[in-house]
Amino acid sequence: MQTPAPFEYERATSVEGAIASLERLGAEARIIAGGHSLLPMMKLRLASPEHLIDINDLTELSYIREEEGMIKIGALTRHVELLKSEALARRYPIFRDAEQVIADPVVRNRGTIGGSLCQADAAEDLSAVCSATKAHVVIRGSGGERVVSMEDFHVGPYMTAVGADEMLTEVRLPLFPGAGNAHEKVERRAGDWAIAAASAAVWVEDGKLSQVGIALSAVGMTTIHLARAEELLRGQAPSEELFAQAGAVAAEDCSPSADGRGPVDYKRHLAGVLTHRALRRATERAGS
Amino acid sequence: MNITITLNGQPVTHDVEPRQLLVHYIREEAGLTGTHWGCDTSNCGACVVLMDGQPVKSCTILAAMCEGHEIRTVESLEVDGALDPVQQGFYEKHALQCGFCTPGMLMTARALLDENPHPSEEEIRTAISGAICRCTGYKNIVSAVRWAADHQEA
Repeated sequence: MQTPAPFEYERATSVEGAIASLERLGAEARIIAGGHSLLPMMKLRLASPEHLIDINDLTELSYIREEEGMIKIGALTRHVELLKSEALARRYPIFRDAEQVIADPVVRNRGTIGGSLCQADAAEDLSAVCSATKAHVVIRGSGGERVVSMEDFHVGPYMTAVGADEMLTEVRLPLFPGAGNAHEKVERRAGDWAIAAASAAVWVEDGKLSQVGIALSAVGMTTIHLARAEELLRGQAPSEELFAQAGAVAAEDCSPSADGRGPVDYKRHLAGVLTHRALRRATERAGS
Repeated sequence: MNITITLNGQPVTHDVEPRQLLVHYIREEAGLTGTHWGCDTSNCGACVVLMDGQPVKSCTILAAMCEGHEIRTVESLEVDGALDPVQQGFYEKHALQCGFCTPGMLMTARALLDENPHPSEEEIRTAISGAICRCTGYKNIVSAVRWAADHQEA
């Protein structure tokens, strides 16, 4: 039987209260939301927090809304809500692409976007989605809020910019004209982690790619942000040839390891193909 | 810590350790052994129960997190000797062999039909994609859910 090591449990009744608890309890306290990353880690003793602060009652952190020229998603928004949101699918269909293949519907009833991002598992899909879409996250501490880009958010494997006494409260997605985006994933079976996955976001202006974001899941120690492939595409007119070149760069710039999901050369090849496909579909959507 | 959960419609209070998982709470504290404890890794779906009407994997939720919430287990499906249509569907379509996955399958199917009374075959297959049947009886399970959808008034 797998059971977590003993810990103290408390329920937060406000964001401020959760942050105050984090400050008071120190580095051995953790926030728990859906728990579908943290509890498995605790069962395996990969994590042994002494205090859990349950934020599931903080419904004020569960929302998807459009304001101030961006889409704002509350950290406690669950996967099922991201999947079903028509407003999000209209602006960022990449989320629906990803959510259809994140775990299974029952798990998606619990897991949250904030938890997924803070887990910072390289194989997790939303980290790549948020990197590609140039998202920012809002991190709150007792001293106030700060807004951090995904590049600065990802510090290392399973490590983020969120401090021990801070919490992620919101994800912000930019709204610029000419946007198109898509997520492509290959998994061994329904609900599994990716063998490889690629997220692409493009913004097309006057027939050229004014801005491009590409990120890969499951082919490195962290989410791979493909800066070199983005640079190759920026300012160019989209074409199949160009996307194939970007795919070749993606295959070079990832660093997969061999495991039960496949050998290195296969994963590199897959990363390239999925990057190409994601760019193609993102650009088709930008035109529609 | 003391927690009160509405379990199959009845408020129940138990003194639990914060680390106790919902599946063990249901089986050991509440004594309802219909919910099966399977893979322990939120993969197999044998432990699915409804939390406020939504299917969840009870091996990956703390009992403490359910304080103040409604939990519904497989024991609640049969009422006064009458089977729920999903149970009757499993009977009619021979949708189980060993029966280990059945409680989770039934609760997952119940939740699907509550939300979507007329699901397509694809929607049924997607709904149960987080539930594993090692007797590989998926075809009959899908038929059983279809039967239940067609006999909701039963």
